[in-house]
Amino acid sequence: MKKRWLIVDDSRVVRAIAREMLEELGFATEEADNGENALAACRVRMPDAVLLDWNMPVMNGIDFLRELRGMSGGTAPKVFFCTTENDMPHIVEALNAGADEFIMKPFDAEILASKLALQGLV
Amino acid sequence: MRDEVFSFLASLLRERAGLSLSRDKEYLLESRLAPLARKRGHESVEALTQELRTGRDRQVEREIIEAMTTNESLFFRDAAAFTVFRDAVLPPLLQARTSSRKLRLWFAACSSGQEPYSVAMLLEEERARLAAWDIELVATDLSTEMIQRSQEGLYSHFEVQRGLPIQMLAKYFQKEERGWRIKEELKERVKFRAFNLLDDFGVLGFFDVIFCRNVLIYFDLPTKRNVLRRLGQSLARDGALFLGGAETVIGVSDKFAPHPGHAGIFVPLAMPALGRAVGS
Repeated sequence: MKKRWLIVDDSRVVRAIAREMLEELGFATEEADNGENALAACRVRMPDAVLLDWNMPVMNGIDFLRELRGMSGGTAPKVFFCTTENDMPHIVEALNAGADEFIMKPFDAEILASKLALQGLV
Repeated sequence: MRDEVFSFLASLLRERAGLSLSRDKEYLLESRLAPLARKRGHESVEALTQELRTGRDRQVEREIIEAMTTNESLFFRDAAAFTVFRDAVLPPLLQARTSSRKLRLWFAACSSGQEPYSVAMLLEEERARLAAWDIELVATDLSTEMIQRSQEGLYSHFEVQRGLPIQMLAKYFQKEERGWRIKEELKERVKFRAFNLLDDFGVLGFFDVIFCRNVLIYFDLPTKRNVLRRLGQSLARDGALFLGGAETVIGVSDKFAPHPGHAGIFVPLAMPALGRAVGS
């Protein structure tokens, strides 16, 4: 069965690009436009991996990640931050909160594939 | 490109860098030398070649060779090779060198430095068991420009996102306006120098592990044989030679055997006995 990604980003364009790249790599995808909707999706069905923006309305990425890691089964998904907040303090904060990888925008399919390979997903 | 111009460039690159270029690789000459031609104010690669032939500026020859030999490089390129180095190659060497506690590693075509820095990071991660060891990392490349880039240790947003785990970026790099720079303490672990693989290896000394990945593919067969024979002479009998995933010694050199179970990694074959020892 295809592994499922939850793409969490408030930009419809970014979600569409990420969805295309991930489906091209053989994954199934689901989308959420903020952290709260993403948590709701995780309660229904825990994804195998999450691609996560940082700055979003309602609930941002780092708060979502902390909530997720506290949920039952919430340590299982691989979480890849994918953000323009690409300075060292944000990277360290993300890792401390339980992120597995960190993609700095702008990114391309090659970077995404490389990051997935690091986590054994391709 | 006229036959005569192609032959001139192909012969220069064979003699000076050991590069083997057949006529179907003309596109490589055009694509790699056209930017250099423009930079030097010429309209074509042929005009650049004409400048080289007039011999007024030796710099142009060096720049042509560098443009043709610069290869793409990634952090932890072919990640499995680094795992094998750490888990299968390093432990027996550490055991065999417990009295000297010294190891020497050579990166024979280091390009922009990602390969030696990857190993330097990996060794740093093993710091607990390597604390009392003197592990020397020597990294060479034909291109002085690549050596300068390596020494600078500055990589772009895209370069640090291909092959490098984020935990390593956070630990061993610092962000600057122009990109991400390797931290000074890691940079100091690698000794970089410009070096042509066609030259005598003697000046570099003797090594326990040699990485010579994705270079031999550019050489013709006699040059491959020659380089492999001399690599064998520079490598400890219990050492290891890392080649690229698409490279092999089979049919090229009888001095090495495949490392059991690991593609692209080779070990020196035991020297055959030269005859009975006196008195036996």
